[in-house]
Amino acid sequence: MNKVTDIVTAVKQVKSGDTLMLGGFCHSGSPYNLLYELEKHPEINNLTLVSEDMGYGLAGFPQGQEVLVFNKQVKELIISFLGKNKRINEAIESKELKLTLVPQGTLIERIRAGGAGIGGFYTPTGVGTVVEEGKETKTIDGRKYLLEYPLRANVAFIKAHKADRMGNAIFRYSTSNFNIAMATAADIVVLETEELMECGEIEPDQVGLPGVFVDYIVPAEKVVF
Amino acid sequence: MATKKEIVARNIATMLHDGDFVNLGVGLPAMASNYLSKDITIWFHGENGAIGQKEELPFEWDWNDRDSCISWLEKHGDGDGDWRTGHRDLTNANDAFITLIPGGCCFDTVMSFTMARGGHLDATVLGGLQVDEEGNLANWMVPGKTISGMGGAMDLVAGSKKVIVAMEHCSKDGAPKLLKKCTMPLTGVHCVDVVVTDLCIIEFIKGKPVVTAMAPGTTKESIIAQTEMTLTFSENPATMLIPD
Repeated sequence: MNKVTDIVTAVKQVKSGDTLMLGGFCHSGSPYNLLYELEKHPEINNLTLVSEDMGYGLAGFPQGQEVLVFNKQVKELIISFLGKNKRINEAIESKELKLTLVPQGTLIERIRAGGAGIGGFYTPTGVGTVVEEGKETKTIDGRKYLLEYPLRANVAFIKAHKADRMGNAIFRYSTSNFNIAMATAADIVVLETEELMECGEIEPDQVGLPGVFVDYIVPAEKVVF
Repeated sequence: MATKKEIVARNIATMLHDGDFVNLGVGLPAMASNYLSKDITIWFHGENGAIGQKEELPFEWDWNDRDSCISWLEKHGDGDGDWRTGHRDLTNANDAFITLIPGGCCFDTVMSFTMARGGHLDATVLGGLQVDEEGNLANWMVPGKTISGMGGAMDLVAGSKKVIVAMEHCSKDGAPKLLKKCTMPLTGVHCVDVVVTDLCIIEFIKGKPVVTAMAPGTTKESIIAQTEMTLTFSENPATMLIPD
């Protein structure tokens, strides 16, 4: 078994029309090497992206997750926060892009449920707001909850600081964010890692994500922004 | 003379106690940390995945120059950065680089929202566009303006033990923001515990808004005139603090 592969083989696991999960919170823990490689393959398009955000949106040039939108590879976004990303707002106004906003805690729990074999869950988040529209509700112990369904993807791109050849991964500081849950909720998981280790070099009790979830590993330390 | 925002921030600081686990929103809420006593420790939560947030570092780069961004990130990565001094892999929910206090820790988003939604935060402090008589909050979207998304705000107001709204009493054109019924998209219903403005502190007691403190020199009549929601006043409203 060899999970380590080249970056082109890795990004070609994504097929047109797929749902693609992207780990990260702005630049923190974002799989930029995989993302920017996918940008070089515009024939892979019509994608639905699931992500926390669309990059900083502050830079004077497209940066981060938003590059796939401007490269006409995306039809839909399922995200939690855009910030003041004017470029993405313009794309939404021009109807090029469908936007579904999901509260951040509901988004991560839907992903977690998708990875954990849970068929849905009741959450108090969004009760009485636009998020409730069209959803089943239930009162439990006197409090109203919304039924939310699991979310899965065809492919997830995630990023680790260190990973061994099995895919056992370590995340540094606040970079684990969406990466761990997304790795459990996609049919194919591609991990980029700043450092590739041999099996046995990572202490078993230091592993943040068990390698059983990882299908492809790309050693890629170059792109940080 | 203190600005309206400084008055709000100063009075919110008095509501945070030693050992509290608190989420402070971006902007006006974050200013409250400037007024905390040095003798207490507040554990600040960032929904992106860190507790014990200390300082926010300035972005020392040019947003229009990719190379300048990258060189800063490289310097504060494996080079001379860590949790004490700032690191490219350590950020807050505002995407700014931060440091932590000793005892701080990092975790993933599942854990972060277990904390937020699960009732583990002692308080969350958010900005407000509108608050109404029923304790409903609107703070995430102005119809017709840039869409920014709700981020974690709906989860934070659904799960925190205490929801404190920090806002100026009226909008810039003088229109009331404390309404009978919110007109903007809601963030949460019946969720607000306290509103702190530059004129007064309003606590929701048994679901009704009660003025429990007033800024020095402010009268009940003046507060009522600038407020659409029906207010009652506690017997002896306290006097709000005014920073230097």
